[in-house]
Amino acid sequence: MAKPSSDQFSRRAFLKGSSAVAAASAVVTSAAAQEKSAQSSQVIAGETTVSLNVNGKSMTAKVEPRTTLLDVLRYQFNLTGAKPVSSDGSSGASTVLIDNRPVEAAVTLALSAVGKNIQTVESLAGDAVPKAFMQYDASQCGFCTPGFVVAVRAFLNRNPNATEEQIRAGLNGNICRCGTYANILQAAISIAKGGQNG
Amino acid sequence: MKNFEYAYAKTEAEAIQLLSVANKSTAVLAGGTDLVALMQSMVVAPDRVVNVGDIETMQHIKRDENNNLWIGAAVHLDELLTSPVVDPFPSIKQVIQGISSVQMQSQGTVAGELLRRPCCWYFRGGNGLLANEGRMVIEGDNRYHAILGNRGPAKFVSASRLAPAMISLGAKVRIIGPKPEQEQIVDIENLFCTPEKTDETEIALAAGQLVTHIILPPDQGRLSAAYEVRHGEGPDQPLMAAAVRFEVLSGLVTESKIVLGQVAPTPWIAREAAMALLGRPINEETAAMAGMKAVSGAIALSGNEYKIELAKVAVKRAILRAAGLETGCFESSTCETAAVNFA
Repeated sequence: MAKPSSDQFSRRAFLKGSSAVAAASAVVTSAAAQEKSAQSSQVIAGETTVSLNVNGKSMTAKVEPRTTLLDVLRYQFNLTGAKPVSSDGSSGASTVLIDNRPVEAAVTLALSAVGKNIQTVESLAGDAVPKAFMQYDASQCGFCTPGFVVAVRAFLNRNPNATEEQIRAGLNGNICRCGTYANILQAAISIAKGGQNG
Repeated sequence: MKNFEYAYAKTEAEAIQLLSVANKSTAVLAGGTDLVALMQSMVVAPDRVVNVGDIETMQHIKRDENNNLWIGAAVHLDELLTSPVVDPFPSIKQVIQGISSVQMQSQGTVAGELLRRPCCWYFRGGNGLLANEGRMVIEGDNRYHAILGNRGPAKFVSASRLAPAMISLGAKVRIIGPKPEQEQIVDIENLFCTPEKTDETEIALAAGQLVTHIILPPDQGRLSAAYEVRHGEGPDQPLMAAAVRFEVLSGLVTESKIVLGQVAPTPWIAREAAMALLGRPINEETAAMAGMKAVSGAIALSGNEYKIELAKVAVKRAILRAAGLETGCFESSTCETAAVNFA
């Protein structure tokens, strides 16, 4: 494969070069490594039972490595606020907070959320954000709303005095097919201005 | 999603061990914004996924004795955006601000962004990176495809938005593995390559290798900026991107680097354009000339001729922005005060 036809092709060879030298002994090493890692149970294959901390409660779920956090929340914990809109997380409808950081549950593996604090929209029932959404009529079909509520909360936590421009620029990770953006924006602005953001 | 083994690494050494398994394909998981999405659509289907997101040594930004910044590969994009030590590098902050989704910024990691797989719709649609030796791109809708470096079968564009800025700033990466004691520090542009055969990828890492840090040399008073041409609001990939860095002494450019994004299968270093600035002052005219030089070798596909014009504009505006001659310049390090309209 070492056809040095272009500059970029030889770069590949350059990076791979060091590994090629070691290839013969690597087989032995990796077999030993496999055995060792299995012992320390760092590798999970197949179904396993894990405990997840959701909205302050410890909950038990049966997961495979491929199970997403969104699937566990919706189909095992019956927390159906986060929505399965896009499998690649591009809609923002599955937004939850993990250790206070907004993430897409649709592209988060359940296993990678073990040991972390997961907060779903259900935990924001008494929060100012859903109240403002109601006040400003910020939902039509409502399917995107839970994701927007969590995203607005997370954004305002970081930028409590955000201006309209900043809110517009920062909330691009959520999509509303009904196009309720104007009202969602008003709801978010009312919180930023109204000081209910404590 | 095809099922896989999940492995959790607490240290870099563990990660290397877990990434090298005989007869198994492995993938590195950090934020998951790209990998999990690709696994969902079965575009990639690794046998084992190794989570490196919680490795402590890869989560910090530190300065070494030579004033280099060591940015951990698992540092989240928003942490980089709000970190005061990154203030001397406005181009990095401008790019992250352009990724205008709180979720992407807080879930995505620095190395994850750099190694994002291409957004080419033929690739994401399961037709392989080269999409039938490039024929699907040539015959199909190629409005977002390459205008430079596109003469081979690869016609997609490199997806990373941080890479042009990082390359222009002379960043390096620390790579470890696949054997436990192996470690190398290379220029960041060496991470990217153009595949020529179907079994090759655009990332020049061998199986079992892991990027642990991005190393930024001190800015030493150089000017830098990035400029992205975007659709408008929304988290989509930009249509065009340019990052520049140069040094000006007595009003004349003494050193310059210009890197384009969204134009080629790799971030594209525009050497001719950078040379053209040397010994000249920065003004509208010289910036426009550099823009012209940057696309001198460009060849449009059937539907992307507009990108050649966008590339000229992006280079020109990035240069003017770095020199403080363009309005809409980045003003502060935090989201509090700056809302940059890149469009």
